[in-house]
Amino acid sequence: MERLLGNPRAVLVLLGPALLVYSLVMLIPIVWSLVYTVYEGNAVSGFEFVGIDNFVRFFNDPTALEAVGFTIRYALILTVLQVVVGYALALLYVFYLKKASSLVRTLVFFPVILPTVAVALLFRRFFEAAPTEGPINSIMEFVGLSTFDWFGQPDASFWVIIMMDLWRSMGFYAVLLYAGVVEIPEDIIESARIDGAAGWRLVRHIILPLSLPVLLSATIFSINGTLKVFDSVVALTNGGPGTSTTPLTVYMFQTSFSFGQYGYGSTVALMLTVMCLLVTIFIFRASRRDLTRNEK
Amino acid sequence: MTTLAVTPFHRRFRTFVRRLPVYIGVAILLIIVAYPLVWLLLGSFKQQDEFLSEPFWSLPRSWSFDNYVEAFVGGGLGKYILNSVIAVFPSMFLILLLGTAAGFALEVMVWKGRGAVLLVFLAGVMIPLQMILLPLFTIYFNLHLTGTLWPLIITYTATGLPLTVFMMATFFRAVPREIFEAATLDGANIYRIFWSVGIPLVRNALFTVALVQFFFIWNDLLIALTFTNSQDLRTIQAGLLNFTGQYGAVDYGPMFAGIAVNVVGTLVLYLFLNQKVMKGLTAGSVKG
Repeated sequence: MERLLGNPRAVLVLLGPALLVYSLVMLIPIVWSLVYTVYEGNAVSGFEFVGIDNFVRFFNDPTALEAVGFTIRYALILTVLQVVVGYALALLYVFYLKKASSLVRTLVFFPVILPTVAVALLFRRFFEAAPTEGPINSIMEFVGLSTFDWFGQPDASFWVIIMMDLWRSMGFYAVLLYAGVVEIPEDIIESARIDGAAGWRLVRHIILPLSLPVLLSATIFSINGTLKVFDSVVALTNGGPGTSTTPLTVYMFQTSFSFGQYGYGSTVALMLTVMCLLVTIFIFRASRRDLTRNEK
Repeated sequence: MTTLAVTPFHRRFRTFVRRLPVYIGVAILLIIVAYPLVWLLLGSFKQQDEFLSEPFWSLPRSWSFDNYVEAFVGGGLGKYILNSVIAVFPSMFLILLLGTAAGFALEVMVWKGRGAVLLVFLAGVMIPLQMILLPLFTIYFNLHLTGTLWPLIITYTATGLPLTVFMMATFFRAVPREIFEAATLDGANIYRIFWSVGIPLVRNALFTVALVQFFFIWNDLLIALTFTNSQDLRTIQAGLLNFTGQYGAVDYGPMFAGIAVNVVGTLVLYLFLNQKVMKGLTAGSVKG
């Protein structure tokens, strides 16, 4: 029996194809991309060895540094909003809507499954100023404000992207965190209530500490997703106005495919990967320290 | 209580008033979630001059499908949808087949090093796709695959595998080992055990993974944009992005119809399978 379930030939037949495709299309290209970072050129024109020039260029390239800044700002703000709003919704589902929350959960979740491109094109019209006013500008005019060109100004564009992505994803984080909150044993909450904890105090001292693990995994998932933002930005602002809303992903795409600089594009991609790894490790370590402190 | 007699009606009314802020909050939440979509569907029936001169809350003058016809005929939406279908379903099929077999080999079978291989797959979930685009572009270019939909199918298959392998391994872990051991004692060979015992046991999970992968691939823009350089190859997402350019920023009706068509597909799927979709998508994330 053990011999059958451990048959090496069968392992090869079952695992082999997947491992082969995965290695050829993901693992080898990852290493290949690392090699590209010390070259410059592209598939058509050929390559030239340049050493660490690409890295030197990266740290002296104002557009690249602006892209790093945008990526970090976007990822931090959206992660906080996704987790906080998602958690608030989860608490609403569990403690106010209770058994009746299923319908609300399902409805608030639905933007998650919509294609980002479709949502972004829709939001572009939603916030439009000219040639015709979108609903947002119409409402602003109605309450006495003047219309505003949301996509003509860096800060406003930034916040429209944030609002759209929050709209798209809050239902997802609500369901994710709901699963964590709903699992907190009823008797713990009940005994805290008997001890006089209610409302904010109950959340702060009982619910929140008990949902830390699921909050942590939601945060890690969120920051990893938001650092890689691409679709929303491309379809909503295309990085503009100017390059003010260009994240690293879009900058990498432009340098690689618009300017044909594979070496520099790979360098930007590597920087993005390093950022993802560093942030994840940082959150893990920070949370571990936090958890041990709470246990004492 | 020393006040007036409290009738059940009073009590219920008081509960209602106390909970009113919550109801209002939920109502506002639902409006925020649903309104953009209502606006989209109404807009897809409006004529150009209605967009320019009528207020945004106006209803369309007529309910004709002209915009939809225009989106398909003038905008080439049909071609985009066909490309998407050709790219999505073969990749989904391959992902499920290869991913389930690998999940089985990694979780049910016993051999040295399986933990390490699972970790190698797991790494693929975290690495940004930007890391593999340029080498892949070079490979496809040298293999003369640019100009076909093969780059999409191959890339979708490979990028869908890590999560699928991981999810299938998790599902196989939940199956009691005795079932597989009993099957070996009955004299079934390993491929039979995989195909006739393993697959039926994770049938539900397969369906969930298929749904998750469908949404990921159908909604993808990055890979579609990288490997489809001609109009004829565009998937629905890449094509819709260019819809604006083609018509300038002014031809709203067909544009709205195009977005609506794109949205309706996933929306109908969600309408019927929402609980499964919610469970699948959130399960796919806790891999952390």
